[in-house]
Amino acid sequence: MSAEKQYIEFFGEVRDTIAIRSCDEMNAQRETALQTFSAKGFPSSKVERYRYAKVDADFSPNYGIALTTLTEQLPPYCFRIENAEPRVRALYNKVADNADSIVALNTMLCVDTLVVHVPKGIRVEHPIQISNILKGEQDTMVSRRILIVMDEMAEADIIVTDRAASQSRFLTNQVIEVLMGDGSHLSLYEVEETHLLCTRFNSVFVQQGKNSSLHHTNLTLFNGHTRNRLDVRLQGEGSEVTANGCVIADKMQRVDNNTLIDHQAPSCQSNELYKYVLDDSAVGAFAGKVLVREGAQKTSSKETNANLCATSSARMFTQPMLEIYADDVQCSHGSTVGQMDEAALFYMRQRGIDEREARLLLKAAFITEVIETIPLESLRDRLHVLVDKRLRGELSKCEGCKLCQ
Amino acid sequence: MEEKNSFVREVAEKKYEYGFTTNVETDIIEKGLSEDVVRLISQKKGEPDWLLQFRLNAYRYWLTLEQPTWGHLKMPPIDYQAISYYADPTQKKKQGTGEIDPELMKTFDKLGIPLEERMALAGTAVDAVMDSVSVKTTFREKLQEKGIIFCSISEAVREHPDLVREYLGSVVPYKDNFFAALNSAVFSDGSFVYIPKGVRCPMELSTYFRINARGTGQFERTLIVCDDDAYVSYLEGCTAPMRDENQLHAAIVEIVVKERAEVKYSTVQNWYPGDSEGKGGVLNLVTKRGHLRGANSRLSWTQVETGSAITWKYPSCVLSGEGSQAEFYSVAVTNNYQQADTGTKMIHIGRNTKSTIISKGISAGKSQNAYRGLVKVASTAEGARNYSSCDSLLLGSHCGAHTFPYMDVHNNTAVVEHEATTSKISEDQLFYLGQRGISTEEAVSLIVNGYAKEVINKLPMEFAVEAQKLLGVSLEGSVG
Repeated sequence: MSAEKQYIEFFGEVRDTIAIRSCDEMNAQRETALQTFSAKGFPSSKVERYRYAKVDADFSPNYGIALTTLTEQLPPYCFRIENAEPRVRALYNKVADNADSIVALNTMLCVDTLVVHVPKGIRVEHPIQISNILKGEQDTMVSRRILIVMDEMAEADIIVTDRAASQSRFLTNQVIEVLMGDGSHLSLYEVEETHLLCTRFNSVFVQQGKNSSLHHTNLTLFNGHTRNRLDVRLQGEGSEVTANGCVIADKMQRVDNNTLIDHQAPSCQSNELYKYVLDDSAVGAFAGKVLVREGAQKTSSKETNANLCATSSARMFTQPMLEIYADDVQCSHGSTVGQMDEAALFYMRQRGIDEREARLLLKAAFITEVIETIPLESLRDRLHVLVDKRLRGELSKCEGCKLCQ
Repeated sequence: MEEKNSFVREVAEKKYEYGFTTNVETDIIEKGLSEDVVRLISQKKGEPDWLLQFRLNAYRYWLTLEQPTWGHLKMPPIDYQAISYYADPTQKKKQGTGEIDPELMKTFDKLGIPLEERMALAGTAVDAVMDSVSVKTTFREKLQEKGIIFCSISEAVREHPDLVREYLGSVVPYKDNFFAALNSAVFSDGSFVYIPKGVRCPMELSTYFRINARGTGQFERTLIVCDDDAYVSYLEGCTAPMRDENQLHAAIVEIVVKERAEVKYSTVQNWYPGDSEGKGGVLNLVTKRGHLRGANSRLSWTQVETGSAITWKYPSCVLSGEGSQAEFYSVAVTNNYQQADTGTKMIHIGRNTKSTIISKGISAGKSQNAYRGLVKVASTAEGARNYSSCDSLLLGSHCGAHTFPYMDVHNNTAVVEHEATTSKISEDQLFYLGQRGISTEEAVSLIVNGYAKEVINKLPMEFAVEAQKLLGVSLEGSVG
């Protein structure tokens, strides 16, 4: 319990400071969260959903804990939680899995919540970009919270990027809650390009209403240790979710994606595609579960996980699961782990492309399948460039972003 | 309509035709488990001291364990003190001429197991195990000419102690899991097979297991050793009477495959599945594992699982020999309240090892059918290759079909593929067959058989016929 202890003690010390800076809705949840966290502690690898994560080790180092609030200047549809509508504020912590101790820790320590609220029937013209920039001389732990509320028939594109502007150690514990009203559309993109000393725990919880559709893409381009959790509850009939992701990892990087698509209503569709390219001593894990509840007839679900291991020390764990309690369904999943196609490499070398370049091309082509599913053209183009740079080892600092320079 | 209903009822009632009990006097020891019981079993079987110590170590280790709960199963609590760990139906005839009790012979006749003359026609050597004791092993002399040892494990302990001591627990150590520890402590009988170097076993070897006595569990242990360049095909069948209590069956099967040797292990499991209300039935909690020790050795598991209230087993292969190949073919059918959590583990350790997994699940009624499999490629397994495919078929809207594949790959030269689909029987197929004058029930049976064909084709002939019949019977009445 030593790793947990420092967080519990810290919370005891700063409880009042947090309460003053924060709002009632958030403060009301802290004590329950503390109880959950104290009782459960960090999940060990024996907990099925944390089988491949090393939570204890990731949370053990002594971090300074950031207790900052958001600025007042926010773009349209974005609010600090205290400025949001009361109806929206009340939705705080309603979708997240409160029994999870990582979420509980976030609920305990998070000071402010960014609310994105798109009212009924509004189509947000320009994508909303949320840039998280980690900066500071000290090793820091950050608890972040985002609440996205899409009213009926609302439409938006949201891009969440994670970057690090200084070489300190950072630990991020982020929780994103998404509530989607009937007929709403949301594209949510998450792009992580940090550095080897960054650890990120990211939990996304989505609840979807009738005929709503979600397009979620999670790209891990550069990181230290990352664990992404995505839970989607398809509660309304005819809702759709596409959950894609790609990972490029090398050196000692570790990336664990853990998804649950919970089909609770009939005639819903889910599509999942995750691709990993692992080099050096990187470790990748993918555990995706599709749960079709009794009565969720006419469900259609497809899950694919493909992985490329480029060296003998790279490791991949994959676990695509189906749990089905309804009979009129079409569900399939597939997963592969393999290496580069020698014939394709040979073909390219015959045509004068050197081996390094040929390998690079193959890796880029492998990842492209995920990027091509992104509907937002400008982001797609930018990502192609980023992936190419990443594979060439040139991705160190984000260009074109004024904040870091 | 009335007529149709009565027909369905008739079929449903006769569904489990092996549900009779045999009236033989059976020597059953007191219920309960303690060190004394372990000693008593060992003493009754006249075992040497090393085996008693093996049992005691296992028992003491078992005491430190708790029953695992991670399966996708709703398990009734098992009272390990309410089970009798040894039942011997052959006791009473021992004073006589060594002839088998005619009642017992009748039992095996009813089950269609050729113990006497018919065996010659069937060309299968049989070891029949009832409750805790091996009743009779046939064809022994003929096999002996070739140097093949096929006998009950108790006899093997007496007559070939060195072999048994060398291999017993070498594939499934008693520390392996909760049920393996329990079995190692109290195992009663089972078969022992040794195929010497270069010998191709001329006939199918077969074991037939039957639980007869009430309030007992069956803990048999099978050990197969296939020496260099040898070959054997081994069949296993099981039945039990209909009882309203849950009977525990916790067996261990260990297989050692040496260089260039090949073992085929086929199971048709038809333990009593419980009635249509989910009452009674056998709890089938078995540890099966083969160790491919030699280079280019081969092992294939084929199983047709139609019985048992709960099936929880993973026939596995440890591929350590270079270039060794393993296969797993399975059809698991669950109906009514049956539950199955079954699959396989393929552990690739040697270079250029290959494994194939084909699993077909069929769930009907209110049953739950889960495939759980592990494919692990160790960093030493250069060029390992695995292909897995598991399909589930759902008949009815109250049943469940689940797939939990685990792939752990620690080597970049490995190629591992997994694919799975879950669906119900397509309306198009049913319509097509209906158009051609085939009734729905028959059409479903045709489609199911076609679906399972890939696996059934891997079974030896006699078993394939039985398996096909079983599939028909298990699903009877589940369509509509």
